[in-house]
Amino acid sequence: MTSVPLKPRRGSGTGGPSRVAILRRELSEWRIIDLIGYAGAWIAGTMLALIAFGLLAFLAVKGVSYLSLDLVASRPEPGIDQSQTGGILDPVIGTLLMILIGTAWALPLGVGAALWVVEYGKGRRLARAVESAIEVVAGMPSIVIAIFGLAISQMGFMGLFSITAEGGAVFGRSFLIAGTAMSLIALPLIFSATREGLLTVPNHIREASYALGKTQAATIRRVLLPSVRSNIGTGTALGMGRIAGDTAIIVILLGATLRIQPAENAPPLVDLLRGTGSTLTSYVYNNSPAGEGNAPDKAYAAGFVLLVIVLLLNFAISAVLQRRGKGQELTR
Amino acid sequence: MTHTTPRVSRTADEDADRRAELLLRAPAVAVLLIIAAIVIGVFITAWPTYHHNGLLWLGPGGDVDRQLDSMINAGANPGPEIFKLRAWSLIWATVLTTGFAVVLGTITAVLAAIFIVEFAPKRVESIVVPMVRLLAAVPSVIYGLVGILVLAPWINDHLISAADRKSVEYVIPLTGPGVLASTLILTMMITPIMVSLVTEALRSIPRGWREGSVALGVNRWRAMWSVSVKAARPAIVAAGVIATARALGEAIMLAMVSGGKGFAPQPWDGKIFFFEPLRPLAATIANNAESLNSAALRSSLYAFASLLLLSSFALSVGAYMAKQPMRKYGLR
Repeated sequence: MTSVPLKPRRGSGTGGPSRVAILRRELSEWRIIDLIGYAGAWIAGTMLALIAFGLLAFLAVKGVSYLSLDLVASRPEPGIDQSQTGGILDPVIGTLLMILIGTAWALPLGVGAALWVVEYGKGRRLARAVESAIEVVAGMPSIVIAIFGLAISQMGFMGLFSITAEGGAVFGRSFLIAGTAMSLIALPLIFSATREGLLTVPNHIREASYALGKTQAATIRRVLLPSVRSNIGTGTALGMGRIAGDTAIIVILLGATLRIQPAENAPPLVDLLRGTGSTLTSYVYNNSPAGEGNAPDKAYAAGFVLLVIVLLLNFAISAVLQRRGKGQELTR
Repeated sequence: MTHTTPRVSRTADEDADRRAELLLRAPAVAVLLIIAAIVIGVFITAWPTYHHNGLLWLGPGGDVDRQLDSMINAGANPGPEIFKLRAWSLIWATVLTTGFAVVLGTITAVLAAIFIVEFAPKRVESIVVPMVRLLAAVPSVIYGLVGILVLAPWINDHLISAADRKSVEYVIPLTGPGVLASTLILTMMITPIMVSLVTEALRSIPRGWREGSVALGVNRWRAMWSVSVKAARPAIVAAGVIATARALGEAIMLAMVSGGKGFAPQPWDGKIFFFEPLRPLAATIANNAESLNSAALRSSLYAFASLLLLSSFALSVGAYMAKQPMRKYGLR
């Protein structure tokens, strides 16, 4: 019975024509059911790659052909025909603002909670409760977060965070509210990345710090936080990608207005946070045949810009992971 | 993992430590409270629907779209009869799209993961892996855009015949978006995540196990299938569960490609079944969120949300239990 060795591990490359010849001889001895499985694996693997490549190429061609500097730099206009509806500047700003606000909430909450759970909460009931609660929110559909957020933000006492209509009804949709809801999608990613990082820091490093007379608080700040920095970075970038890609929360909690509309009678910045707007995701949705706009060219262009933002975040993650791979060998 | 708390005699340091502990405990408690508030809030707001319909609202009866419309028209103070809701067609739509997508996705993902781990030549692997990662990063609204602008029109032009259209013209219009389009796009959306999870699991199976069976004369496919895949079965189930949670909660993309009709497609319709429009629960919430001022509709949407929450709880617990056998082997 001849048989090829298992696929060599990365780095120990053999290959060459002799391998192919052996493989061919080997395959001729296989049973038909095994051959079907083998063919299925090849088809599934290459098909996925082809779909990904096709999707990217399609969006790139469509997106680039409708995209121009003018489109990105000009504001959307109300119009019937897609030639009159202006650019996508406001949605681009909206997406960036959303990422900023969401991360500003999720980062301290996620990192703080992870630090407490790992460093102080080991074995405590509260720590287990926090962990399972974050597990729950990780599996929670964003549409559920969105309508819950709307119910809360439309309550009277929340009037401060959005626009209040003449009759006293609270509109309940604003950048601040949508960003806060968005932080819940990024939170589990940041929390678990930080937690995983803290769990891999060996105990002797903590003990060395204590032996030098450092308090636990100083150890966390000077030793643990720097050593899990790349974990936090990865988790945050993942969370930013999820925020940039979410549509449900934007459609429901940001108002998905064409332009950014700051609240009236409020100091600058505060009026923006209390105002409504749109992001690239809601722009794509509203300009697809499913929305009211029906401007497919603009939707493709905005979708392409969105895809570029998300892919850039992914590149950032790979870069961080690669650097960590190198760094680990040096420090441990 | 236990680490000794440092014994420092200076009380100033102890105070600082206690302050740090409290400072870090605050985010942990805040996260817990927010999540508890969401879960409780959703069920409280959904209560009127449960109260007026019992659990009958999960069943069939009447046209759900007409029921929702009369809720919108009834406004803020509806009578008890307005609360009547029979949401079976929406639930059935969720079950159909999720079920099909998860079954198709699991098969594809397992085959693709086998391909990546065992059969792909290194050069092919280095293309397929980043492509899969790219597919996983694409925001769902972009899948929806491609679905509604490319796939649905193609189905409408090439797969639905005039005879098909005529046979159901008095019941439901067939326009392209429907069971087939939703399933395909949803599968495309969830498969990449499953591929990465299953690949990771297959890689974590010790090489020696497979080498052992190859040494006994089993071919590579058999060794992969009956040793690695079998040992990684818990992880495959867990990946399926995570994908199910994603599919259940997907709102905007399905609102775009599902056809947006509260209609229960009937499998005994044969070929037409695949073209019949539908609208899952999450998409229904997204479509109607504008009308939350109507008390009855609000309660109904929250009832849908509560159903989604319950399912995602059940799925988290399921995933946790599914992974236990692998921990027993000491594999992650």
